[in-house]
Amino acid sequence: MSVRTLPLVFINLGGEMLYILDQRLRSLNTSEDNSEKGVWSDNDRSRVMNDIVGTLFNRAFMDELLKPQHLYSHRTMKTVLTRIAHASIMRLNAASMDRLYELMVMAFKYQVLLCPRPKDMLLITYNHMDAIREFVQDTPVIVNQVDETHRKIIEVYSSFTEGEFQLLRQTLLIFFQDMHVRVSLFLKNKTQNPNGRFALTTSGPVPHGSDVPGLIRLFDCKGREVRRHGFPVAGSYSSSIRPGSFGLQGPRVIRLGLNMYTMSDTEETHTSNTPSVKADESPNLLAKEELNLLARLMGSMRAEDRVEDEAGTFRVHLFYTDEEEDEEEAGASGGAEKPSFDLINIQATQDEHVTSELALIAGQFTEAEENSGNHSDNREDLLAMMDDL
Amino acid sequence: MYHKEKSLQIKNSASALYNNLGVLRIAPKQLTYFTVVHANVVNMVSASWDGLNYSHRQLQSKEPNVATSTSLIMQAAFCALPSRDLLVVTSQKGIQIYESDGSIMVYWHALETPETPTETAVFARGISAVWENYICVGVSSGAILVFDIPSKGSNITLSEVLEEHNESITDMAPECSGSQECIANLVTADDGGNLCLWKSGEEFQVLNKIPGFEYVMSCSSVKLWKGTVVAGYGSGQIRLYEAVTGILHAEVNAHARWIYSLDIAPFSGLLLSAAEDSLVRVWHLSMTPETNTVEVAHLHNECVTDTQICGAKFCDGDGYAFAVTGYDLSEIIRYVQP
Repeated sequence: MSVRTLPLVFINLGGEMLYILDQRLRSLNTSEDNSEKGVWSDNDRSRVMNDIVGTLFNRAFMDELLKPQHLYSHRTMKTVLTRIAHASIMRLNAASMDRLYELMVMAFKYQVLLCPRPKDMLLITYNHMDAIREFVQDTPVIVNQVDETHRKIIEVYSSFTEGEFQLLRQTLLIFFQDMHVRVSLFLKNKTQNPNGRFALTTSGPVPHGSDVPGLIRLFDCKGREVRRHGFPVAGSYSSSIRPGSFGLQGPRVIRLGLNMYTMSDTEETHTSNTPSVKADESPNLLAKEELNLLARLMGSMRAEDRVEDEAGTFRVHLFYTDEEEDEEEAGASGGAEKPSFDLINIQATQDEHVTSELALIAGQFTEAEENSGNHSDNREDLLAMMDDL
Repeated sequence: MYHKEKSLQIKNSASALYNNLGVLRIAPKQLTYFTVVHANVVNMVSASWDGLNYSHRQLQSKEPNVATSTSLIMQAAFCALPSRDLLVVTSQKGIQIYESDGSIMVYWHALETPETPTETAVFARGISAVWENYICVGVSSGAILVFDIPSKGSNITLSEVLEEHNESITDMAPECSGSQECIANLVTADDGGNLCLWKSGEEFQVLNKIPGFEYVMSCSSVKLWKGTVVAGYGSGQIRLYEAVTGILHAEVNAHARWIYSLDIAPFSGLLLSAAEDSLVRVWHLSMTPETNTVEVAHLHNECVTDTQICGAKFCDGDGYAFAVTGYDLSEIIRYVQP
């Protein structure tokens, strides 16, 4: 199938991840007084966003993704996205990452499924990139990284035919197949049914380039129309709306890929597993090709060797369950048994070694980060904030 | 005109691929076989006509141990030849030909796949039996492989490679009216919407080329009946052309989304179209040779709620019943005339 899926997959999934993290971090911003405990300030949020976006749009990483290659497994994808998320000071436990991944993938599945024309997947991608630019608008270096990636995307995909885009879309649909995780925001909007399947409408504007169904035209052998008649359509369609812009800027017109969390409450990032959700692939070895890909992708990302050392980092529990006092809760199994939705909270736990760890983490930041503020002050503030709730 | 019958459950859900449903009616055994592709697996169901017996089988693409994404199947279709029926499965790796019940693989043709992926994907797609003893298979490069099929046994040989298309082959179909008078007995379609008409033989001859639209729009499904090409496009439009002259007989703004499957019931002239817009439509085609015109009449709609349809086929030559598959659906939905 298509060998050009990875850049779009990472940008769109990464974009959804940033929307969710942004919303969760904002929901903890209950006070403007930076010294209040348990609060993430605008500054912290901005730093997390900058770190993640900077890593996702790192040039070497993007160049690696832009090479023609097959789409690999969910496990590889989740591993790399976890690594990207951990480029920030945030740490997500396994259960949180699992839930976050489900949310990201279900959102992207919805966007790809409802995409009017296959080519409009680029507009969905550009919606994510436009929003990402806003998240990092105060850091020109990172904005430039996003712009540069955008130019490369335009270059690679501008020559694709609709048929090639459809092949790409079909490849993604196989990747998403059989995932029916219920997302409370989707259920509330009625975009998703209680059984986890997305609602498809038989009304609305037709995609750009299509005609409204309902007409049969008959011609003679000289090409002249001799008759036309209509037929019952069993739907109510209207003419297509103007096409969106495929350039660096401009109105994208389609709304898929926009941040659906900005308008809603903190409640809206609930997920719940249905019994039909397929478990991850068997715990056997990743195929050799996947391991090679993983090595290449990790190697091209910004150096970050604090991932494995969980002690002393800021743990973030994105998705809170009743049993969540324990560390490394087997969130997957717990979630599957509960018929109700999981509550979501971000908690951060303090650790005695956090100062030294922070110093080490700070040392990993890029030049852009070092320009953005006085680290020692921020460290103290963050320390004060990262207490147990 | 039709009502819904009991669905057939399949082991996996259907993948979003063009023409993702194969149907073969075996009158002597009072059975019908169905095939539905899921990623790297072909799900086969054999259903007895009395509705009492069902059996399932799964065929996997070769080399099942490699990462799933490198052995994806593009299409599975039955080829009914005068001497025998076969099941052809096309994938990124190559072409497999099985006995029609899927029990034995009789032939395997590997596509040349480079060590590292090239700029464009490599795969086989588009399958057709052609009079009298050929099976044709399309390739992503636009080439068409012609296999010579003996009346029994596995001595299948590659007879010819046809190079007329420049874009990936999407679908192909034989002349299905049973008439020997039709000059063209194969139509092939590609991602650019271009159609080629062929006459089979030791050396296939291209009789006509019908170009795609002014703007590039893929032809995802194509049929040939009584010398008329019926083509379904990504724009949702269906066009009817006279095969050998390329004259456009009719244009139908049929669907609001990409058409994924067309089928014709050759004895009655019923046409089935199915698309991502969740709708299956039944039409009637009638030819008037004296005036060289074609009439298209709409007969029936079925909406498969919240489903992007990927396969639809009549279960018999009269169009008395038809079956439908949809992305993420683990069943074959059946409709029958009362």
